[in-house]
Amino acid sequence: MVNVENKKQFSNKKLTNPSPNSPKPNSEEVKAISPWRDAMRQLRKNHFALAGFVIIVFFILLGLVAPLLTPFAFDEQDIINRLQPPSAEHWLGTDHLGRDIFTRIAYGARISLQVGFFAVTGALVVGSILGIVAGYFGRWIDMLISRIFDILLAFPSILLAIAVVAILGASLENALIAIAIINIPIFGRLVRSKVISLREEEYIMAAKAQGMKNGRIILHHILPNSTAPIIVQATLGFGTAILEAAALGFLGLGAQPPDPEWGKMLADARDFIQLAPWTLIVPGVAIMLVVLGFNLIGDGLRDALDPKMKN
Amino acid sequence: MSDVLLELNNLHTHFFTDDGEIPAVDGVSFHVRKGEVVGIVGESGCGKSVTSLSIMQLIPSPPGKIVDGEINFKGENIAKASKKQMRKIRGNEIAMIFQEPMTSLNPLYSIGNQIGEAILLHEKVNKKEARQKSINLLKLVGIPRAEAVVDEYPHQLSGGMRQRVMIAMAMACDPELLIADEPTTALDVTIQAQILDLMRNLNKEKETAILLITHDLGVVAEICERVVVMYAGKVVEEGTAKEILKDPKHPYTQGLIRSLPKIHEKEQKLYSIPGTVPKPGKGKIGCRFAPRCEYAFDRCFQEDPKLLSIGNERYTRCFLYEENVGSENDHAKSNS
Repeated sequence: MVNVENKKQFSNKKLTNPSPNSPKPNSEEVKAISPWRDAMRQLRKNHFALAGFVIIVFFILLGLVAPLLTPFAFDEQDIINRLQPPSAEHWLGTDHLGRDIFTRIAYGARISLQVGFFAVTGALVVGSILGIVAGYFGRWIDMLISRIFDILLAFPSILLAIAVVAILGASLENALIAIAIINIPIFGRLVRSKVISLREEEYIMAAKAQGMKNGRIILHHILPNSTAPIIVQATLGFGTAILEAAALGFLGLGAQPPDPEWGKMLADARDFIQLAPWTLIVPGVAIMLVVLGFNLIGDGLRDALDPKMKN
Repeated sequence: MSDVLLELNNLHTHFFTDDGEIPAVDGVSFHVRKGEVVGIVGESGCGKSVTSLSIMQLIPSPPGKIVDGEINFKGENIAKASKKQMRKIRGNEIAMIFQEPMTSLNPLYSIGNQIGEAILLHEKVNKKEARQKSINLLKLVGIPRAEAVVDEYPHQLSGGMRQRVMIAMAMACDPELLIADEPTTALDVTIQAQILDLMRNLNKEKETAILLITHDLGVVAEICERVVVMYAGKVVEEGTAKEILKDPKHPYTQGLIRSLPKIHEKEQKLYSIPGTVPKPGKGKIGCRFAPRCEYAFDRCFQEDPKLLSIGNERYTRCFLYEENVGSENDHAKSNS
């Protein structure tokens, strides 16, 4: 009994104490760590993610400074020097029209990264909005949006892209739109499921109990808490989008000649696989490296952002 | 009765599920005066939480819906209030704290950010003032080194600290009524005592009325002035905390009190009320507690008992007290 009394007094003392002379927080104490900064620290420790990052930065720089690196234009033909193997003049050789492959790869990096960026951004924005609306409000609107996603996902993605391009006409812009469309349900479903689990969180209920509007709850609580999976999917989707753009280019439905699109370069090189294998290998390796780079970063981000994967 | 802050009048909140209509709150009436601490007690699933969420109009809908009854807050029926009116009341005049302090805070925002948000929602202050006010609130709820905690994140705080932060958030706009839904259930006993002390102090200093929802009669004994006992969506007994604890009338309340561990008795096994809470369902006839009641007789299964007035603000819902309203019932008492 005495013990209980003591405890009581102790707690009372602590409670009524408005801490007028509480010790000043000094720099030795634990610093407040934002969850984002913590994730970035995790990411920096991941060597694979770092390697992916280096690859992507390399291709971004390659695209940016392409005109400085090479004396050729990407559509400059030199039929006499066609299908030259790599040399000091043509670092990665020339293709069947005598165009410098290195130049075309460097300019092609611009196209591929742009396609990836815009297709992913488009899919992300539209998919996230639809996913949040479906997940947060539920009911008939969820039914409607989810069924649209189901229908989109029922098609093999490249077939759907071909159909879209066939309707809109073959061009790089239309290929980009097609790739964005086929990626919408991937983001949409991801965001929807995340929002549904977040909706049940007590802090959402607490926010409502504070008198917060739905729009504000979505912007301040739902969206920031769903960014982790969105970022991971966006990074991985970047790679997929580039691959899909290359596939459309290969089929002649994406970039049109003389644009140095990597998929298109592969298609052009098909006939010379025996004669000049580098015309095939170089764009192939470029595609592979960029996709690999994004996948490595994506995996690293997932490990860093997903608390369940942490040890 | 002019000092009544909140009055529930025959509140019915039903859930419309695939298995039919479920009356989770089935005609509940009680009131809370200004500056009063009222407890709602009952087992899990008796409708305590649904009652509190109904007051805030936060019943997930569908499937839930307030189908009948009034919720009068300061003389106005807020059961019929618009969404906009409700948003003004929530947080500003009626605040709520929840059971799980571990999940009631958004992990991505700092403490100051979240308290500040609650302030900015209802008051016209700038961010700097909101931050200063957050620090003051943290001090008010007894958080040491408030200046540092304000920039920390929820994962850096213990459960008790987080519950204090939740209370600070709830007190941000000086609400007149604080609804606390099992505020101490997830905390260990010493922290529990501290949180209850804190709530009692706030009640005294700020004259905030508190509606405390709990299944713990010990908590009731600590801070409540009046108690409402609920069973299967209905009020079965009401009275002052002292009356309920010392002289419970309804067999259910008696059972609850008998199930408490006692310091002086060396019985190994705790008493428990036989059976389980019935599934709420529509159109059931008879006293809901009858199947578990040791005094149940035929009439209990055939008629719904009415809530009887057995003294000043003292009610019970049992046929045993129908004849001798106001007098002692030896039969029931000898067993309590």
